[in-house]
Amino acid sequence: MTTTEMKKVFSRPDSLKDVQTHYCPGCQHGTIHRLVADALDYFGIKDQTIGVASVGCSVFLYGYFDIDVIEAPHGRAPAVATGAKRVHPNRPVFTYQGDGDLAAIGTSEIIHTANRGEKLTVIFVNNTTYGMTGGQMAPTSLPGQKTSTSPEGRDVNTDGYPIRMAELLSGLEGTAYSVRVAVDTPKHVLQAGKAIRKAFKTQLDGQGFAFVEVLATCPTNWGMDPLKANERIAEEMIPCFPLGVYKDATE
Amino acid sequence: MTKRLFVKGNEAVAMGALEAGCRYYFGYPITPQSDIPEYISREMPKLGGQFIQAESEVASINMLLGASASGARAMTSSSSPGISLKQEGISYMAGSECPGLIVNICRSGPGLGGIDASQADYFQSVKGGGHGGYHIIVLAPDSVQEMYDMAMLAFDLSDRYRVPAMILADAVIGQMKEGLTPHSYVAPDDLEVKDWALIGDGKAGEQKVVKSLYLGDGELEAHNNHLHAKYAVMQVKEVRYEGVELDDAELVVTAYGSTARIAKTAVRLAREQGMKVGLLRPITLFPFPKAAFKEHTSAGQKVLCFELNNGQMVEDVRLSVPRTDVSFYGRAPGAGSLPTPEEFLDQIRTHYEA
Ligand SMILES: Cc1ncc(C[n+]2csc(CCOP(=O)(O)OP(=O)(O)O)c2C)c(N)n1
Ligand code: SF4
Repeated sequence: MTTTEMKKVFSRPDSLKDVQTHYCPGCQHGTIHRLVADALDYFGIKDQTIGVASVGCSVFLYGYFDIDVIEAPHGRAPAVATGAKRVHPNRPVFTYQGDGDLAAIGTSEIIHTANRGEKLTVIFVNNTTYGMTGGQMAPTSLPGQKTSTSPEGRDVNTDGYPIRMAELLSGLEGTAYSVRVAVDTPKHVLQAGKAIRKAFKTQLDGQGFAFVEVLATCPTNWGMDPLKANERIAEEMIPCFPLGVYKDATE
Repeated sequence: MTKRLFVKGNEAVAMGALEAGCRYYFGYPITPQSDIPEYISREMPKLGGQFIQAESEVASINMLLGASASGARAMTSSSSPGISLKQEGISYMAGSECPGLIVNICRSGPGLGGIDASQADYFQSVKGGGHGGYHIIVLAPDSVQEMYDMAMLAFDLSDRYRVPAMILADAVIGQMKEGLTPHSYVAPDDLEVKDWALIGDGKAGEQKVVKSLYLGDGELEAHNNHLHAKYAVMQVKEVRYEGVELDDAELVVTAYGSTARIAKTAVRLAREQGMKVGLLRPITLFPFPKAAFKEHTSAGQKVLCFELNNGQMVEDVRLSVPRTDVSFYGRAPGAGSLPTPEEFLDQIRTHYEA
């Protein structure tokens, strides 16, 4: 590696603003923002891209990304993105949604948007909890996971099981690409970056709906320090949410 | 385009919208408005536009939000239960100042109610409907021609003020066939390029954000005051109503939409019998023609309000002219049959002679 290349790796992507985020220490929203921004830089599409922000900790997307943004109601980002994409078929459009947003209140919108094969990129941040509202149980909370609304741990008999969105959406004809990644190790970060890039390429090539589920920490609501939280990804989350490509119809 | 057509109100509103440059429609089937998506699904592709039958009214209003934020003229249509589902999105559109057309071919409720004509969603339409204390523009056509004309007007007003617009009608206006003289759409001179929207005008480095979240100190209060200042301007500049024989009227009958059609006949019958009666038909339900009510009751005239509900618009009439004698006669949603002109005439006679 040359020094210039090394510099590149550590410089702030053009698509991100030079500001401090409001994310908690050890929160991986920041890392994921960075990977999305890298992809926008890579394709040189920052000035064309429309981001659709969801309701959750990432609602201030426009504060960090230097791109056009529409703020959607809770769970409705895929529908808002559909409207935007139909008006601007040549502009890249992506949604950025948490697990409460996408896998609970917004299940209808995400399923039908994928099923229509909308040429969108969806970044789905699965941190097994409702971060913004203070750590309530999410549809992705693990069996036995203690949250502020499952104080005795998620009881699968009454609360059901974690929803595996990457698998679920891979079963739909309109989905061109569905993948699950994590950002807990350097290797995983590289894989995640590649997956996100591919999810934008899928859209740019007009191949259909592209979905990237990213396993992420929420140290604050997990009641863990950043390191412990990061370890939980490999120890508890990946066994329940296996990483991998669930569908790739782009080749 | 001077040919006279014979079409349904639902088709007319769709035709007017397309003529006004609407190229994006998002909807979900519900009686008695399905002629609208049916017409548009047929005609829109010929114009190079997009028609999406969404998975729900919730999705369709949010598609409208996305299309509007992207700078397009776009619409949705539904009927009462579906409009209830759209309220979240309408509130977001109001908050993020996204224009757009929502057609409500109102049916009776509450709940699943029935499919017959009703004006029971007046409050929902003019008082905000969703959360947050906003208003939308509400237009009440009373004919097939007005369905066509008001689709254009709705887009113009909505774009001018960046306030969502609703056309509020019912099965009578939506389903009946009448003569329609289509005409070309002419955009008003004052409509500006939507440079607030994500129109892709290529100004690199200039970020555009369409949002309704304001957490900074005093930001949301200022935003709300800004929205309400626009409503106040509309109240001065955009009120529309029809007056029939109001000059010497001693009793002012008021009604909107389908009910106004019946009331108009009743007023004519009353005139034939020598009663000095006029009709004040609000066309904009929001902004409400408050000043017109003041003007036409300033000499002590009484008001009689007819509605196809248990009394809603009458409250706005009373607020407009608090010292005036305002009476109400209505039929509850689901009455099955419409009131007859003679039924209204009896009411007019009673209140005229009282
Ligand atoms: C209609 C509606 N219901 C509930 C809320 C409250 N709310 C805000 S964010 C949120 C969940 C956020 O969790 P998630 O989507 O997992 O994102 P995270 O904050 O964890 O990134 C909820 C329930 C809301 N804003 N709107
Ligand atoms: S609450 Fe959780 S998801 Fe939200 S910023 Fe903090 S760590 Fe991140």
